[in-house]
Amino acid sequence: MLSSRIENEQAANDLMLRFFRAARGVGCRISPPESMDAMSAVAAIGYSDKERLRDALLLTIAKTPDEKAALSECFDLFFKSPEPKNLEEAQSSDDDSSEGGQPDDGDGADAESGEEYGELAKLLMSGDRGAVASAMQAAADQAKLSEIRFFTQRGLFSSRILEAMGMERLESDIEAQQAAGNQPQRLMYARDGLREAVRDMVNDAITLYTREGTEALRNDILRNVPLNRLERQDIERTRKLVGEMARRLRDKYNKPRRKKNRGRLDTRKTIRRNASWGGIPFITVWKQKRVDKPKIIALCDVSGSVARVAEFLLLFLYSLNEAISDIHTYAFSGRLVDVSDILDGNAIDQAMQDVMKTVGYGSSDYGKSFEDFEDGFMSEVTNRTTVIILGDGRTNNLDPRTDILRRISERARRVIWLNPEPRFAWGTGDSEMPRYEPYCTFMRTCGTVRQLERVVVDLMEMDRN
Amino acid sequence: MDSLLDPATAIENVNRGLAEAGYIASRQISTAVFLAQRLDKPILVEGPAGVGKTELAKSIAAWQNIELIRMQCYEGLDEAKALYEWKYAKQLLYTQILKDKLGEVIGQTDTLQAALNRLHDFGDIFFSRQFVEPRPLLQALEQKDGAVLLIDEIDKADAEFEAFLLEILSDYQITIPEIGRISAVTKPIVILTSNANRDLGDALKRRCIHLHIGFPEPRLEARIIETRVPGVAQELRKKIVAFVHEMRTLDLKKLPSVSETIDWARVLLLLHTSTLNHDVVRDTLNVLLKYEVDMETVTPQIGELIDKAERAFVPN
Repeated sequence: MLSSRIENEQAANDLMLRFFRAARGVGCRISPPESMDAMSAVAAIGYSDKERLRDALLLTIAKTPDEKAALSECFDLFFKSPEPKNLEEAQSSDDDSSEGGQPDDGDGADAESGEEYGELAKLLMSGDRGAVASAMQAAADQAKLSEIRFFTQRGLFSSRILEAMGMERLESDIEAQQAAGNQPQRLMYARDGLREAVRDMVNDAITLYTREGTEALRNDILRNVPLNRLERQDIERTRKLVGEMARRLRDKYNKPRRKKNRGRLDTRKTIRRNASWGGIPFITVWKQKRVDKPKIIALCDVSGSVARVAEFLLLFLYSLNEAISDIHTYAFSGRLVDVSDILDGNAIDQAMQDVMKTVGYGSSDYGKSFEDFEDGFMSEVTNRTTVIILGDGRTNNLDPRTDILRRISERARRVIWLNPEPRFAWGTGDSEMPRYEPYCTFMRTCGTVRQLERVVVDLMEMDRN
Repeated sequence: MDSLLDPATAIENVNRGLAEAGYIASRQISTAVFLAQRLDKPILVEGPAGVGKTELAKSIAAWQNIELIRMQCYEGLDEAKALYEWKYAKQLLYTQILKDKLGEVIGQTDTLQAALNRLHDFGDIFFSRQFVEPRPLLQALEQKDGAVLLIDEIDKADAEFEAFLLEILSDYQITIPEIGRISAVTKPIVILTSNANRDLGDALKRRCIHLHIGFPEPRLEARIIETRVPGVAQELRKKIVAFVHEMRTLDLKKLPSVSETIDWARVLLLLHTSTLNHDVVRDTLNVLLKYEVDMETVTPQIGELIDKAERAFVPN
């Protein structure tokens, strides 16, 4: 089946290019050199064995177990040959009737006028599934099915394919039969089956080829949607998005942070390094300054509307793992608890549920929570820690205890306050943002993925210089 | 001669060759090795510890009868240890010895300029191939009959080191500033392994065939045991494999790998065990599990696991 589609090199290349597009749709990032590798791998393996072809593509394109699973699925869909329907049934009813020796009138009529049928009708009546499938494939290629972009084009492409297969002639065949007073049931049945099969093929094509574009568009929208208004079905996707951003940042900031202290010889290390040739300094070692990776203490308000933002902030920070040397997380609403252990061990969604269970769903009390922090964990704050407070600063008219924040900021390297509310809402109602402001290095609005990313980038940059 | 074979036969040959070297490979692994040879690409092998990543490289070397050059990566590994170093002591010694000769060489010249020119004619003798101490990467390129270069646990090395490998991985050549480019005499087969301690860079991944070896299917694992621990009776072998397979479905800190299964089979063979029973399993569990917590999880379930293993069907 497969090899029949590959008539020449050009066709083979087109096929692979289409497959790469579909593969990008499921999240494999394929660079041009990789696609060339895949092509030469496929050239070496050949198209004769589907399983070997799959192995070759998985080996050259997919670079993580997740990608391999996704690509394998995509491969199945892509190389699924169209399944003509109703043909077998037509065939078997034929068998039944001939065995039973009592041909119904439709059958007789078909047999009589078989000679006058057009190509497509003959093909359908032959009951050769393979032949029908290749005809569908050929028609799909002719209609450029792989260029489908939107699901609204479903009807357009279906009719194009059917047209290319000769649907017009088929219909007129059926009409002619009907005009002659016959009911060509088998033919009509096969026609409906063909329609259905083409529709399925187009649907598969939509899944394969429109994913790439839609994916990019959706991600772009999701970046700017306020996190606490995120739809349930978008949460998983946003998690993935945040995960990817974190991965990029991690790659960037993961490098050992050493600054060359130019021109200052490290005498001790130089002598040690050159000991094997009698201390003659062939290799010089220069003094280096270690640049610290950020140490973070995060205090997250997990009451009501802030909880979702907290989840994504934590997801972001914890995905950075090696790029941050140390992170401690405390969650609070009415009271404050250390939740680092919960977050260390579990996947973020599970962890967040556990955190909520531990902290409870009370209304937030900033004063009390700061008190808890000062009593229990103040010693964690050193002049190398960055304290991040995430919360809307709405104290429910309770004592905000700005004095504690002042003491925290005196000990810490810096205090950053992130608030999911837009800046104009700060200070309205029970929001105490203006009173907290003097003790923070800076305050930021942090309600969308994009703003979140910017904050994290700034955070990573700050300790580098 | 390989290139004349059709892919099916070639892959089958790889499979057979590895089997002769004592490595039972899945179809994917054989295909990866075949493609690596055909496309001259390195293989990056990822997967849990103990599934035979390093073993694969050894077996390829044994099968092809070529040298295995192994480079274990660790934090702080640098060029001088991986690629080449100058033989400083030798350079020093030679300068001392040649000091006397220097007079003869420039003796007849009248001016300083002429002496200098004469010295220039000798080139950079001290920075030539004779004074290079080859380290694993350079050694691999210099093997006349080719070699298997195993870069083990690349994820343990620093990110910069990865970047440094790119030249050798894509072009099979290295550049020594004082000498120039050195290309491979025969392209080595390069195998990189990683335990995914750290995400590898895209640039590195892009240059490699990416092979993920997971835990094998029971049938394959039974064959591996058969090859590695030949004395175990077929019935017991199937039970061992089924038992370990069941155990991998549990939530453990460290799942038992193929190497643990092999060890366990050896232990059971030494104990002359003919069938799995509760006491034997409990006493030998420490071969399979490496953490106290895991032992505690599994111990109460031994009976159940044995039952499941008895019922499980492992095809021949």
